Amino acid sequence: MRYEDVADVMGILVDEPEAVDPAVVAFAESDLASQAELARYRKLLRSLRSLRSVHVEPPAGLLAETLAAIESTPPGSRRVLRHRVTPKRMVFVGALGGVAAGAAATAVVVARRRMSPAASVG
Amino acid sequence: MTDIERTQPEDQLTEQRLVTAARAGDRPAFEELVRLTYLDTYTLALRLTANEEDARDVVQDAYLRAWKGIGRFRGDAQFTTWLYRITANCAATHLGRRRKTRTESLDSAPEPVELRPEILPAEAAESRAELARLSAALDELPPKLRAVVVLKDVYDLSHDAIAGQLGISVSAAKVRLHRARKRLRDDLEADLRRSSHAV
Repeated sequence: MRYEDVADVMGILVDEPEAVDPAVVAFAESDLASQAELARYRKLLRSLRSLRSVHVEPPAGLLAETLAAIESTPPGSRRVLRHRVTPKRMVFVGALGGVAAGAAATAVVVARRRMSPAASVG
Repeated sequence: MTDIERTQPEDQLTEQRLVTAARAGDRPAFEELVRLTYLDTYTLALRLTANEEDARDVVQDAYLRAWKGIGRFRGDAQFTTWLYRITANCAATHLGRRRKTRTESLDSAPEPVELRPEILPAEAAESRAELARLSAALDELPPKLRAVVVLKDVYDLSHDAIAGQLGISVSAAKVRLHRARKRLRDDLEADLRRSSHAV
């Protein structure tokens, strides 16, 4: 086995050795190039973790805007965000409503027609 | 953009009390949770979207979703973890929508994060320049790779949680993580080589 054969799995081996072929793990333990590469990945992971404590200043007004949005929304509300209610979607929902109303009206007419002969017999 | 010190260390009990009150529909309690966490949430949103305007939308969307769904929060994870998951989901939705509606120009890429070493915690021993390079390299990743590496390696979410929030399989999440790490490692190495040649 050569380093070039296993170089691609170093990014997995660094924190999930159980997901890698045991033969590769054994090779990497005794191979200097693999150890050097693993050290680079460990350093990368440490740096990524340290980003967790680095915060970025939000734009002015974001907190106030967010609180205002919450203020006007009851908990558990199904209120849809403004930008999601597009005119196109309104037309689509309206058309669906129209189709549903038409189907209901047709069903009522058909049902009445079916009931009529029975009523005249009674 | 500048980094600022994290808000006061979160008192777990205070957070639990606020969460309990918010679940009962107490709006001021939820608003206090927003104040305690919005710095963290905005930073996550910015890291996921690499765009200030998008991050702003994602933060608002995430808190509204959290407020609407707070009654369903069972409390078996920390509130912040739950909020990260919602933020990740909102960012994925937002980025998906953005891809359909506009193409990004290179000019709109955010500036590298400015770091102020005097306010970094002592345990973050990495140098200012290294973290700035890392932030810039993260911003350069394709959004799909960036989301996974940020959620796993910066915010420590599980593969299951990441897969669930991004709507992908666990194995796809692992593959993306592997690719993202490799690309970051290569980019940082190349950057380092360029710097040493310049000197």
